Amino acid sequence: MKKILALTLALVMALALVACSGGNNTPAEDTTPADETSAATGSVYWLNFKPESDDALQQLAALYKDQTGVDVKVVTAASGTYSQTLTAEMDKSAPPTLFVIGNANSVKDWSDYALDLTGTPIAEQLNTDAYNLYDDSGKLVSIGYCFECYGIIVNPDLVEQAGHSMDELKNFAGLKAVAEDIHANAATLGFDAFTSNDMDSSSSWRYTGHMINLEYYYEEQDAGAKWTECPPSLTGAYMENYKNLYDLAVENSLVDRTSLATGGHDAEAEFKNGEAAFWVQGSWEWSAVADSVPNATMIPYYCGVSGEENAGLNCGTENCWAINAKASEADQQATMDFLVWLVTDPAASRIAVDSFGAMPYKNAQESTNGFLAAADAYAADGCYVMDWATNYQPGVDDYRAAAVSALNQYNASPSDANWENVKTAFIDGWAVQYKAQNG
Amino acid sequence: MNKKIKKDNSLIRQTRRWSPLFMWPVVAAFIIGFVWPFIQGIYLSFCKFRLIRDAEFIGVGNYATALQDASFRHAFWYSALFAIVSLVLINVLAFAVAYALTQGIRGSNLYRTVFFMPNLIGGIVLGYIWSMIFDGILSRYNTSILMESKYGFWGLIILICWQQIGYMMIIYIAGLQAVPEDMLEAAKIDGATKAQTLFKVTIPNVMPSITICTFLSLTNGFKLFDQNLALTAGQPITYVDGAMVKSTEMLALNIYSTFYNSNSVYPGVAQAKAVLFFILVAGLGLLQLSYTRKKEVQQ
Repeated sequence: MKKILALTLALVMALALVACSGGNNTPAEDTTPADETSAATGSVYWLNFKPESDDALQQLAALYKDQTGVDVKVVTAASGTYSQTLTAEMDKSAPPTLFVIGNANSVKDWSDYALDLTGTPIAEQLNTDAYNLYDDSGKLVSIGYCFECYGIIVNPDLVEQAGHSMDELKNFAGLKAVAEDIHANAATLGFDAFTSNDMDSSSSWRYTGHMINLEYYYEEQDAGAKWTECPPSLTGAYMENYKNLYDLAVENSLVDRTSLATGGHDAEAEFKNGEAAFWVQGSWEWSAVADSVPNATMIPYYCGVSGEENAGLNCGTENCWAINAKASEADQQATMDFLVWLVTDPAASRIAVDSFGAMPYKNAQESTNGFLAAADAYAADGCYVMDWATNYQPGVDDYRAAAVSALNQYNASPSDANWENVKTAFIDGWAVQYKAQNG
Repeated sequence: MNKKIKKDNSLIRQTRRWSPLFMWPVVAAFIIGFVWPFIQGIYLSFCKFRLIRDAEFIGVGNYATALQDASFRHAFWYSALFAIVSLVLINVLAFAVAYALTQGIRGSNLYRTVFFMPNLIGGIVLGYIWSMIFDGILSRYNTSILMESKYGFWGLIILICWQQIGYMMIIYIAGLQAVPEDMLEAAKIDGATKAQTLFKVTIPNVMPSITICTFLSLTNGFKLFDQNLALTAGQPITYVDGAMVKSTEMLALNIYSTFYNSNSVYPGVAQAKAVLFFILVAGLGLLQLSYTRKKEVQQ
């Protein structure tokens, strides 16, 4: 009896192993034909950074396969996990051929794995150098594939319903007067000034990544030039202005500031349902709001800086393509061909532009994004564009987490002492993180 | 008769000869899944790398950086405190529940099932559920579990007790049921009080269960990761003397966030921390085992 039992157990083990190796074999067999084609023509593996664009990218991949027979695999990293996914994927035997290097930190980390794009067919399609990233040696590490803007999204209908006009929103004093008036009369109007301003991980980046850009930008202006690398420290000269706007948004909102740490509110739905007139957000939300608020527009971060009547929106990008330098030449070529097709083919570029907002390429389709149109309108009026200095944040995850923590304390009890901690997190924290990153 | 023995011998010989064939699947799986990654992990702790395949040997520098890291030291003391408090609470409560449920109360089986069930829920889910419960209460006082490190600490203790007491309870029940009836009866006849019976007869006899339960809860306390990540993720965070301190971050989470810190020095440092972490947990576990083993009695 025991022998039979032992034999059965051994058999089960052996079977399990066969099953395991069978499991491993199956994909290998699947990829064999792909490998054969890739030997001839190469294939594309795009590790996508923007979850909201996944549908459009899968559609483009299928379209390209139909037209050319070349395989395009698009994998989308879950929100907030791009660096983890990229690290894991790059170590595999078939790593991404196309990935994203979007800020100064990533250039440091991944520049060794990026092909120099200088003078390549895709670089020649660009109509501006503004969104490209170079490493210390001057290598063109990644090229911008779309650009975005952020600021305060406004529902002009609600502003007018409250008895105000968009013309009042030209500086902080005007914005404050309108927002406070709407908030004071929220019960009779049926809507409030600002949407919820949650500080949980799905929303806190609006304040610790985007709104804080106004502080960095005006510091840059004082220094006289755009940053070209991460500065070792900040002066914090414009923290009061950040406080102005932050306080305005959280004090005149649908949701009480003490409940922001936990989160769980849906700012997008609040704006779309007409429950609030202002929403601190960016141009990527256009496709989400265009149907419900077709005349939604965007205004700059007015925060009480002198001369801010001439401010424009915060324009820049974190979306930059890099081609894997360690991929086979056939795969690099296939990726390059795919990118050129993507920005020149009318149908493909239409899908891409509709999903990304706008693409800085000569032959790409026109943008239909209302917020980017607002950015253009400000620029056409001679307003200054606020660049994304925020892309230089050192040790970005820890830096922002500490800022969220300090803002949570401040929201629970908006005292001067707690505001000092917010300043410490943003300003002293910068120097600490810089030191940790650069030794 | 002789023939039968001969036949048996040949069967044993046959088994001996063929046994490696049956062994290798398990050995191979063990090497692929454990031994090789473990050796590679130790090697990587001496390397600078972004991707494993491009590791570059740099010596013991990673260990020096890891030991100088204030956040790692903080995480160590925090984990140690957590492990001790949770060890005591889990075991005392689990033993108490097990003791109560072996006294022949009606519905014992139902209680056992209910107490055991939290253990079946995954750590991340538990973390999020409990963060909602805590915030539901704390928001009445305009605060949140993310606001104060003491809330984070006790929150995590409550969570882990809720999850693990049921599991340890099952082990204690098995131990209590194995206490020989005649010993208990002898104690009773000798006029021992309930307390005397508990401390002089029952507990010495369930020492093997105590050994295993304390071992599990001590190592679990140090290794805790998902619950920590989901409940507070290290919040609140402050800057003290020019260093960032995530006040509720435990060792495993500290290693994880070091690994994904955006600087290519750090994966190696995280690896060095992981090796130190292994030595610490293994060392403590073995120490505790040898200590409680001594207290076990032979029946």
